[in-house]
Amino acid sequence: MGYRLTKEACDGVLQKLSLNHTLFAPKRFTGGGPFSGTDLIRYGKIASADEIVLDAKSAHSFKEALLPITETLFYFTEEQMKEPDPPAQGVLVFLRSCDLHAVRRLDEIYLRNGAEDYYYKRIREKTRFALIGCPTAFDTCFCVDMVANRSDNYDFSIEQDENANYLIDCRAADWAALFEAAASQTLAVEPSFVAATPTRVGIPALLDAGVAAAAMWDQYDGRCIKCGRCNFSCPTCTCYTMQDLFYTDNGKAGERRRVWASCMVDGFTDVAGGGCYRPKNGQRMRFKTLHKVFDYKQRFGYQMCVGCGRCDDVCPEYISFARIVNRLEEALREVKSDAAE
Amino acid sequence: MPRNEYQPFLATVKEVIRHTDIEYTFRLAYEGPVKPGQFFEVSIPKFGEAPISVSGIEPGLIDLTIRRVGRVTNELFEHYADRKLFLRGPYGNGFNVDDYRGRELVVIAGGTGVSPVRGLVEHFANHPEEVRGLTLVAGFKSPQDILFYNDFSRWATKINLILTVDAGEGPAHCQVGLVTEHIPQLKIQDASNAAAIVVGPPVMMRFAIQGLLAAGFAEHNIWISQERKMCCGIGKCGHCRINDVYVCLNGPVFNYTQGKTLVD
Ligand code: SF4
Ligand code: SF4
Ligand code: FES
Repeated sequence: MGYRLTKEACDGVLQKLSLNHTLFAPKRFTGGGPFSGTDLIRYGKIASADEIVLDAKSAHSFKEALLPITETLFYFTEEQMKEPDPPAQGVLVFLRSCDLHAVRRLDEIYLRNGAEDYYYKRIREKTRFALIGCPTAFDTCFCVDMVANRSDNYDFSIEQDENANYLIDCRAADWAALFEAAASQTLAVEPSFVAATPTRVGIPALLDAGVAAAAMWDQYDGRCIKCGRCNFSCPTCTCYTMQDLFYTDNGKAGERRRVWASCMVDGFTDVAGGGCYRPKNGQRMRFKTLHKVFDYKQRFGYQMCVGCGRCDDVCPEYISFARIVNRLEEALREVKSDAAE
Repeated sequence: MPRNEYQPFLATVKEVIRHTDIEYTFRLAYEGPVKPGQFFEVSIPKFGEAPISVSGIEPGLIDLTIRRVGRVTNELFEHYADRKLFLRGPYGNGFNVDDYRGRELVVIAGGTGVSPVRGLVEHFANHPEEVRGLTLVAGFKSPQDILFYNDFSRWATKINLILTVDAGEGPAHCQVGLVTEHIPQLKIQDASNAAAIVVGPPVMMRFAIQGLLAAGFAEHNIWISQERKMCCGIGKCGHCRINDVYVCLNGPVFNYTQGKTLVD
C-alpha cells in the first residue's frame, strides 16, 4: 500500500521502528568529503527522516550493517573461547536499488557458497530493508546495464514529493498499520527507478577467461596504487582476513576477528613461506574486473557488479572501472588475433 | 541457528615426529570422515589459523605435517607439541581413490607437496592389488629437507620409488636431480591410460605436467592439488578463489583439464 506522510508523521513511524531496529542510512558529514568544502555521505545511525540523504550517493555502501569492517568472532581468555553476544536489535537499512541487489550477492556468498556463516546469518535474519527511490541517476551510475535499477523486495520504499512530504510504498504486512495510522493520505505509490544512466557499460557477450592475456592489464601496473578503496566501497565485495590479537602484554586475553580484505592490496594471496600468487597490480585489476563481470556469473548465473559506480567515485587515481569493462571487447579481439597468428 | 563453523574442536596430540628442525608431524586423535588431500585449519587462540593438509590417516588418528614458517606455526612448535590442538575441518574435496583404481599410477611430489599425497600412497602401498603399479617420484631441495624418510624406506620394497634431491648427497635410495628429469625414464606400459598426480611448488608442477604430457599422458588422466591461501576454508573469505572456483570448496584437488584453465 502507498501512503503520504508529513515529515513529523514519518519521524513518528521511524521512532516506533527504532524500538526494535537500529536505523542505518546514508548521512551527511559536513566538511568530511575528499576535497575541501565537500561533504562526505556515508552510512550511520539515524533517528529522523531528514537525516537520510535522499539526493546524493553514499561514498561507501550499506554493507557494514551486515559485515562490520572489523567483527569479533571469539573472545579468548586463558581457559575459554567465547562468542560475542548476538546483536540485541535488528537493523533497518535504507538503501538504493543497486544496493538491494547487492544484498543478494552478499547472501550468495555468506549463506549459500559452502556452509552458512553463523555471524552473518544471525544479523541477516534481523535485517529489514527500506528502498530509497532514484528519480535520477548520478554521473557514474550504470545500474541499468547491470539490471540492478529496479527492485521489489523491500519492506517499504521512501522518497520525497515536491512539498517535502514522504511517499511510502509499504510491502511489509506487519508494518502497514503503522504507516496507515500516520498517513495524511493513502494513494498508489511506485518508487522512482532510473531507466537510463549517463555512464554505460557493455560486457562482451562472448567474454572468456582468455582475456586475462590481453596487454591492457599491464597499463594498471603503474596507474593503480593498490589502495583497495574500490573494493572497500563496493557493495558486492565480501572478502575478509582473520586476525588474532592479544589485549595485554602478558598475552592471557585476546580475540579473533575478521576484517575486510581487498584483492588489490598486498598480502591478499600470500601463502606461508613467502609465495604470492598475483604480485602485479595490473593482474589484480584483471582478477577484480573479471570477478565482477565474468567469473561470478560463471559460478552463480548472474553478474556480481550492480553498477553503483562507487569504485569510480572513490579511486584516488581516477581509474574508471566502467571504462575497463568497456575495453574488454577490444582486449578480447586482441587476444583472439594473437592466438590466430 | 546454523552451527558455528568457525568454532574449532580440541584434538589430543598423540605423538610428534620431528623430521627436520622446522618440519614436524603432529599425530592427533580424530574420529570422523576425512580423505587424503583434504586440509584442516589449525587454530591457535590469539595467534591465528593455518591451513594444513592431512598427511596421514589411520583409524582414530590423523597426521598433520607442519612447517615452521610463521606466527601460528612458531607458537605451535614452541608450546603445543605435547598438548591439545584446536582444529576446524576437514575442508576441501581430497583425492578420490576410485579415480586411480585399476590403473598405472605415477605420483610426483615436491617438498611439502608429499603431505597431501602421503595417505593415498600409503593406501596403495598397502593394497598393491588395487593398482597396476605405483611409482612415486618425490623430490626435495637438499638431503636435510627430506620429509617422511622412514616411509620411503618402508615403501621402497612395495612400490616403484624414486627419491631425489635437487643437489647434495642423499641417503640410501636417494638420487640427485630435479623430479622432472626422472619423468622420461618412467617405465609405463600404457602411458595414454595411466593416471598421474602432481603436487608441489608451482614451477615444479608446471614442468612436471609438461614432462608427463610429452611422455604420452592424457590431460584428463592428470590430477593436481593447488596450494593457495586458505583462510576460512568455507567459501567466505575469498582468498583462495581462482576464476569461478574456490580452492577450499572445489579443490584443492583438480583434474588437469580444469586445473589448466585456472589463472591466478
Ligand atoms: S581504488 Fe583505484 S588505485 Fe585504489 S586499488 Fe582500486 S583501482 Fe587501484
Ligand atoms: S564493481 Fe564498482 S560499480 Fe560494480 S558494484 Fe562494485 S563498486 Fe559498484
Ligand atoms: S579459504 Fe576462504 S574462501 Fe576459500
